[in-house]
Amino acid sequence: MRRIISVLLENEPGALSRVVGLFSQRGYNIETLNVAPTEDPTLSRLTLTTIGDDHKIEQITKHLNRLVDVVKLVDLSEGAHIERELMLVKVRATGAQRAEIKRCTDIFRGQIVDVGPSVYTIQVTGAADKLDSFLEAVGDAAIMEVVRSGVSGIARGEKILSL
Amino acid sequence: MELLSGGEMIARALEDEGVEFIFGYPGGAVLHIYDALFNKCKVPHILVRHEQAATHAADGYARATGKPGVVLVTSGPGATNAITGIATAYMDSIPMVVLSGQVMSHLIGEDAFQETDMLGISRPIVKHSFQVTSTAEIPEIIKKAFYIASSGRPGPVVVDLPKDLTNPHDKYEYNYPKKVKLRSYTPASRGHSGQIKKAASLLLAAKRPVIYSGGGVVQGNASAQLRELAQSLNFPVTNTLMGLGAYPGSDRQFLGMLGMHGFYEANNAMHHSDVILAVGARFDDRVTNTTGKFCPGAKIIHIDIDPAAISKTINADVPIVGPVDSVLNDLLDVLKEMRAEQPALPDQKALKVWWEQIDEWRDSHGLWTAPRYDTTTPYIKPQQVIETLCKVTGGKAFVTSDVGQHQMFAAQYYKFDEPRRWINSGGLGTMGFGLPAAMGVKLAFPDADVACVTGEGSIQMNIQELSTCAQYNIPVKILNLYNGYLGMVKQWQDMQYEGRYSQSVYEDSLPDFIKLAEAYHHSGIKVTQLSDLEDAMTEVFARKNELVFMDIHVDPHEHVYPMHIAPNGSMRDMWLSKTERT
Repeated sequence: MRRIISVLLENEPGALSRVVGLFSQRGYNIETLNVAPTEDPTLSRLTLTTIGDDHKIEQITKHLNRLVDVVKLVDLSEGAHIERELMLVKVRATGAQRAEIKRCTDIFRGQIVDVGPSVYTIQVTGAADKLDSFLEAVGDAAIMEVVRSGVSGIARGEKILSL
Repeated sequence: MELLSGGEMIARALEDEGVEFIFGYPGGAVLHIYDALFNKCKVPHILVRHEQAATHAADGYARATGKPGVVLVTSGPGATNAITGIATAYMDSIPMVVLSGQVMSHLIGEDAFQETDMLGISRPIVKHSFQVTSTAEIPEIIKKAFYIASSGRPGPVVVDLPKDLTNPHDKYEYNYPKKVKLRSYTPASRGHSGQIKKAASLLLAAKRPVIYSGGGVVQGNASAQLRELAQSLNFPVTNTLMGLGAYPGSDRQFLGMLGMHGFYEANNAMHHSDVILAVGARFDDRVTNTTGKFCPGAKIIHIDIDPAAISKTINADVPIVGPVDSVLNDLLDVLKEMRAEQPALPDQKALKVWWEQIDEWRDSHGLWTAPRYDTTTPYIKPQQVIETLCKVTGGKAFVTSDVGQHQMFAAQYYKFDEPRRWINSGGLGTMGFGLPAAMGVKLAFPDADVACVTGEGSIQMNIQELSTCAQYNIPVKILNLYNGYLGMVKQWQDMQYEGRYSQSVYEDSLPDFIKLAEAYHHSGIKVTQLSDLEDAMTEVFARKNELVFMDIHVDPHEHVYPMHIAPNGSMRDMWLSKTERT
């Protein structure tokens, strides 16, 4: 099962490598990884998605917690949460395709953020499966380059992950 | 306030931390630190002959005393040589602080002379690590390193020190913190009271209980609580390889070690139990055999300071996270209350039947109830060497070992009555551990008997330390169980590879160990006859101030039994001899 694990991490050199190293060392997979400082510059917020059964996820969260640099973590997929990912896609857009791609972008509430004589660069945000659907709709033939930020997530309601 | 250089700060911080010994080896990147040690430091430094030995010596010291061992090495090869010893300490949760030199800050990343990414290389095998980025932060980092290494589940901590930050000309205020707090690191201080009550109820309802205790009881100083618990309930106890001595080896309730080379009665009691109380143990693959067949009828209570150790390989029915000593204290209190209300528990009749069953197992195949090895061969048996060692030292020696058959024989046949007396590399299984570890132990306890049980394979992996022993007069006793083979490799080749001894034979290449010991200013005794063994050993241990190398020639074809049948065996499936199995 796919899980979204969100980690508050000391914003120290080497902290990220400890997290990433843990995954390779113990044979866990990282599907996506996203990290940046929070409003408190001494803390980073790291979001990763991984796939595993309950036992594996329990091991992952326990081992993450064991890292001295990890302040707190939560498995967002355990409760109601919001998941977002940002994607930039460069597509070939010529002739009749230009209008078609524009329509498709509108349907997915994306934005064309750069326009060239034969290319569009489109920004789409949403949950990972929405981005997958967009790529499917546009079709492999038109896609030149895809950049995805990796998943970010936050719990719904009052629940927060903080010190 | 005093102004000190980075090098002086390190020397002073080690004094302020109460460090008794530094085990190390100088080199370019740590010369400023060594100069500060030379000028000012009250902490004695032991110059080893190889950095791996520095880590093992610090490790042996830590295992015997419970205090963190301290290592100081230079950058590059000094640091990489220390890696095996750091991994050894990590696997067995031993507190250690490793100070490694680093090239000057501005050279980091430029492939400078003797540069290596020590933090990167050591990352998977340390509890935590620090790279110092300014001189002023040295005292606090060292305090944090000692705190992290020795609290919670202990482990090694690396502090990487760029050379320019220890420069004698740059002086800063020195203030050694009394306490440090880390917001991201708070080891559990008590067990959950509800879980402890559940555990107590389960224990009192047990009809076939076993206490399975591991290295955590030794490291967590909970031996007294374990004894009280086991004795108040009259429950049988088995110890892991790492836990030997936590429960007295000569006590009736002790079933011996469990696991791959565990006692018949211990493995059977585990397999047939209805309640297992696991304390500071981690259900290692060398204990459980096939996890799917592990103790099918048992409910499992698991006490450990590390949540990640719980339900890792075997699911715990009642997990309790906390320091083993405080959890056992709380458990004892709860049990006392519950038993006052229900004096009939635990079921004495059921326990009596259980003990009769255990005694039957013990009588039929227990290693201590009769000789379980062939006494008719002309050879000295390795088991006899350990039995003699136990007798000659009154079961009170510190015994370090290397890795292989001799290690298992020592674990099986030396009856450890006290914790911290059995010093071995259980998790990583590091050959070359025994002699340097013995040095660390002997320095900490100069009046105690310290024996290093080894084999001719392992001893040669750190034999250069005979020179360190000569320099500092460290009179350990070395018992080399000489069989001319890499014994454990040979045993597996006998059992699984039809006796094809691929690279496990030395032929005539081994040194004359007696002459070798003499070359290092020590003495040696060769023993080949059983009739000479006890007298020779008695004499060796009477020579208190000498390192004596006992080269004891033992049966080259002996195997360690019992041995779990694998793959697909359960706890109770064992080879009992070369021809007999359960």
